[in-house]
Amino acid sequence: MATVHVNGQAVDIGTEKLNLIEAADRGGVFIPHYCWHPALTVVASCRMCLVEVGDTQPDGSVKMQPRVVPACQTPAKDGTVVVTNSERAKYAQAQTLESLLINHPLDCPVCDKAGECQLQDYTHKFGRAESRMIDEKFAPPNKPNIGAQIELFTDRCIMCTRCVRFTREISGTAELLVNHRGEHAEIDIFPGQPCDNKLAGNVVDLCPVGALCSKDFLYKQRVWYLKSHDSVCADCSTGCSVHVDENKDILYRLRPRENPLAQGHFMCDEGRFGFHYVNSKERILRPQLRRDGKLIPATWEDVLPALRRDIAQAVKQDGSAVVAVLSPFLTCEEGYLLARYFKSLSGEVRLALGPVPTVGEDDTYPKDRHGKPVEPVKFTIRAEKCPNRRGVEEVLRHFQGEVIGFDDVVRLSGEGRLKAVYAAAGYPPRPGGWVSAEQAAALAKTPLLVVQDILPSPASALAKYVVPAVSFAEKEGTFVNHAGLAQGLRRAVKPPAECHTDGQVFLDLMERRGLVHAPTIRAELARDVPFFAPLASGTIDALGVMLK
Amino acid sequence: MPIKTEDVKWIETPKLGVLDHLYLPAILEGLKTTVFGHMLTPNITVQYPEVQAKMPPNYRGVHRLNRDEEGRVKCVACYMCSTACPAHCIDIVAAPSPWPDREKYPETFVLDELRCIYCGMCEEACPVDAIELTTLHVLTGLSREEMMFDKEKLLSVFDQTVKDGTDPIRTSAGRLGPASEQPKQAPVPGQPGAQP
Repeated sequence: MATVHVNGQAVDIGTEKLNLIEAADRGGVFIPHYCWHPALTVVASCRMCLVEVGDTQPDGSVKMQPRVVPACQTPAKDGTVVVTNSERAKYAQAQTLESLLINHPLDCPVCDKAGECQLQDYTHKFGRAESRMIDEKFAPPNKPNIGAQIELFTDRCIMCTRCVRFTREISGTAELLVNHRGEHAEIDIFPGQPCDNKLAGNVVDLCPVGALCSKDFLYKQRVWYLKSHDSVCADCSTGCSVHVDENKDILYRLRPRENPLAQGHFMCDEGRFGFHYVNSKERILRPQLRRDGKLIPATWEDVLPALRRDIAQAVKQDGSAVVAVLSPFLTCEEGYLLARYFKSLSGEVRLALGPVPTVGEDDTYPKDRHGKPVEPVKFTIRAEKCPNRRGVEEVLRHFQGEVIGFDDVVRLSGEGRLKAVYAAAGYPPRPGGWVSAEQAAALAKTPLLVVQDILPSPASALAKYVVPAVSFAEKEGTFVNHAGLAQGLRRAVKPPAECHTDGQVFLDLMERRGLVHAPTIRAELARDVPFFAPLASGTIDALGVMLK
Repeated sequence: MPIKTEDVKWIETPKLGVLDHLYLPAILEGLKTTVFGHMLTPNITVQYPEVQAKMPPNYRGVHRLNRDEEGRVKCVACYMCSTACPAHCIDIVAAPSPWPDREKYPETFVLDELRCIYCGMCEEACPVDAIELTTLHVLTGLSREEMMFDKEKLLSVFDQTVKDGTDPIRTSAGRLGPASEQPKQAPVPGQPGAQP
C-alpha cells in the first residue's frame, strides 16, 4: 500500500501505478495540465503541471527536491509529498501560463473553443490577469486544409502535441507532425497528406485550446449556449458513450464521453458527424395512412384506432401470418413493448429482427504505416452499424425462442403468405438504405404493411400506414453493445412536434395509459427477461451495466 | 432605540414682524424666481414633433452597427452582445468571414427593437465597438416585422447618424488582436499621430 501526501493530506493509492496528477486527483486536488492525457504517452513539454515534490526519508523527515518538477512525469511512490499550493508552485504555474500566452492571439471572442478552453480556464484560476507582452505577436497563417473535418488555427496553438501523439499512438496513421523549432514550431501535415483518418475528429476534443476546430461545428454555436446530455452513439455496435450537445432542441455536436467499459476516451468520425439526419428537413413528421392509393397525413387520433383494428383483424384471420419486425435501432424497452403487444394479441404472431447493417470488417486502431492493424488494439469501429442488435435479439429469444431474420420476412411476404407486417425501423440514412426497392416491393405484397421510420424509404412509399419514428437523441432507453454492456440513452432534444417516441406509440397500441417512462419499463423488462435481470432497479448509471 | 434627551434640540418658530405679516416680500421673492429664473431664460421645451429634441450623447436610443474604415461591418459575430442581452433580443448567425483579416463575421444580425429594453449592455459587451446605441429616439413602425432590424438596417442607422452628425463616430478602437482589424501602419515620427 502506498500513501502520497498531497498538500498535507494523506492519500492512499493502493498498488496502482499513478503519476502525481492522478494521485493528487484521488485526493481531490487538481493539478493543471495540457500535454498530459491519460490515453497518451507522457512528454512533459507544456510545463503546466509543475509542483513541488519531496520524499519521506526512512527517519520520517521529508526531503523536498530543490526545484519544481512536472507532476505528469513523476511517479507516485509511497511517501511522496506533493505541494501544489505553495508560493513557489503557484509562481511556476503563473510563469508557465504567461509564457504560453506570449504568442497566443487572445482572440477569444471569435474563437470556437472559448467557454471550454483550458487556456482560458487555467489563466483564470492559476494565471495573472494582465499581459506584459508589448511586442508584436508571432501569427503564422491558418491551415484550413489540414484535414477534411478539421481546421488548424496555427497562432492559437500552445504546442502540447496531444494531436501529434494521438495520430501516432491511437490512430497510428501519424499524419500530424511538429514542423520547425522553438518559437516557430507549428503543427503541420506532410505535403498532400491531410489528416483524414477515421478518428481524426478526436484531435479537436484533445486540443486544450482553440487551435484545432471541427469544420462541422465551426461558428455554429457558442459553447456556453449548448446543453450537454449523456447518451450513447447509435452508429455501430461499439456503443461509444457520448455527450449530446444541443441548444433549443437542435442537435449541434456529439463528443465522446470517457467510459472504460465501452470505448475508452475517443469516438470515430462516422459516429461524431453522422447525426445530422436528426435535424433533417426530410423526416417523417406525422402519421400517414393510405386512402385511394395515396398516402395522406393523418392525426394520431385517427391512425392509432385504425391501426389497432387492422392488426387485430389480421391476427384474427391468421396469427402466424402477422410479423413484427424489430430493428436493431430500437431500444430494449421499445422492443420489449412491441413484442409484448403482438404476443398479447396471439402467441402465433412472429417476431423478426430487422436488417442488421454491416459494412466490411471490424476496423481496429492503431494502424501501421501500411494501414495494417497493430496490436494492442486501442479503438475499434465495428462492422455492425447498429447499436442494439444484442438487446433486441435477447428480447426476441425470450418471446419466441428463436430469431427470425429479415430475409425470411421478405421471402414470405413476396410469396404472399403474410397478412400483416409491422416494421419498426427507425434506421438512420446510410448508403444503401435498410431496405432495397425489390425488398420493399416484396413487402408491399402483404395487404397490411406498417412502416415506422425516421426518414422516407422505398418501404414507407408502399406502406399502408406510415408512422414517424424518433432518433437516438430523442428517446430514452437502453442499448446493449457488442460486449453486452447496457447503457442508458437520455433524451437530448424534443422530437418534431407531431412525432411520438416509438415507445409511446407502442404503449398507445397496447392501450396502456400514461406516458412512456424508460426506468419503469426497464424494470418490467428486467423482471420478465432474465438476460436483463441486472437492470431490475430501472436505473443505469453513466458508465452502464455489464450484462453477462 | 429611544432618542437620548441630550440629542433632542428644541427650536422656536421665528417670530413674524409687521412686514412679514403683509406677505408682500415673500410674494416678490417668488416673482423674482419666476421672472428672472424662468421667463427671461432660454426655453428648454421643444415643440415636438415639429421640433426634435437634441439628446445628450450618452442617451440610449436606436442601435447601430458600426462600419470600419473600409466600410465593412465591424462586428465579428462573437455573440457577446446577445449573451449579455437581458431581453434576448439579438439573434446572430455567424459565418467564416470573406475577408482575410478576421475569422468570422455576422451573416445575419437581427435585433428586435420592440423587445429591447435599451439598457446598453450590448454596447458595453462588444469587444470591437461594433454595436452602439445612438441618440435617435423616434422609433415608429407599422408592424412587428418592421421593428426587427437586420444587419442592413442597423448599418443604415450608422450611415444616417454619421451623415446627419447626430452621432459622430465615437471610437476607432476595436483592436481585438487580429480578429477585428489589421494593425494600422506604424506612425512615422514627426507626423501627426506619432507617439512622443
